[in-house]
Amino acid sequence: MSLLNVFDIAGSAMSAQSVRLNTTASNLANAESVAPQGEATYRARYPVFAAELESAAGGHVPLSSEENAADGSNVQVMGVIESDKPLNVRYEPDHPYADEQGYVTYPNVNPVEEMANMISASRSFQINVEMMNTARSLAERVLNMGR
Amino acid sequence: MKISIDNALGLHPQALALRAERTSLLAGNIAQADTPGYKARDIDFQSVLERQMTGQQKQIGLEQTNRSHIRRMADGNGGQDVQYRVPLMPSLDGNTVDVQTEQSKFAENNMRFLASLRFVDGRFGGLIRAIKGE
Repeated sequence: MSLLNVFDIAGSAMSAQSVRLNTTASNLANAESVAPQGEATYRARYPVFAAELESAAGGHVPLSSEENAADGSNVQVMGVIESDKPLNVRYEPDHPYADEQGYVTYPNVNPVEEMANMISASRSFQINVEMMNTARSLAERVLNMGR
Repeated sequence: MKISIDNALGLHPQALALRAERTSLLAGNIAQADTPGYKARDIDFQSVLERQMTGQQKQIGLEQTNRSHIRRMADGNGGQDVQYRVPLMPSLDGNTVDVQTEQSKFAENNMRFLASLRFVDGRFGGLIRAIKGE
């Protein structure tokens, strides 16, 4: 029954959005994390979403952009990528992790971008919750039919 | 005089099934609002319902003869049920979902679903009264 599909679809979208919220939280928390010399500095992380079609054989087949699935398709988190933007270099000679020239590399996290990302993710999450509630009330009305 | 339940209900059962399909299609669009390259899809309700009523098509999409066949409403060439929405303003990442449009379509579709449901419900009430003979 396709009304119950909505639960799967909205659920997958909600979990994808919560992955996005998680990475945003991690980025914001590590915005000022400095790694010691010789170790990799933290880089901003972003999830990559993809549409996924439910195959009858049980496995999940990722969907290419040309080929689209039957009824609504689930959201899949393809992976988490690290941003390749240049790291922030600041001149702080007193810092214990400063190099010979007195520079410290900070993560390439932009807090403003992250806040916008966070709001967008939470709005998308809310929309999916609304959708699930609507589908639930429709299914309830169908169950009560003929009473 | 015989009473046919199918005749009594009219086209509303088919309309309900189609509305439910469209609900899940629109839900998919909203869920993929942040997926790069995703194209919003929808069905032309009236034409699909007409095709179903005239019996040209039993269900939306292709016939499944094997369990492992992938369910889809439309294939690249032949299927005309599911169509891509013409985007108001396409974004750089190739996504054509406009959440506001989809939400309003979703709400409208659900309202029409409830209307059909009300009709079917009313017909059932009438039939029950007829059977009881009160």
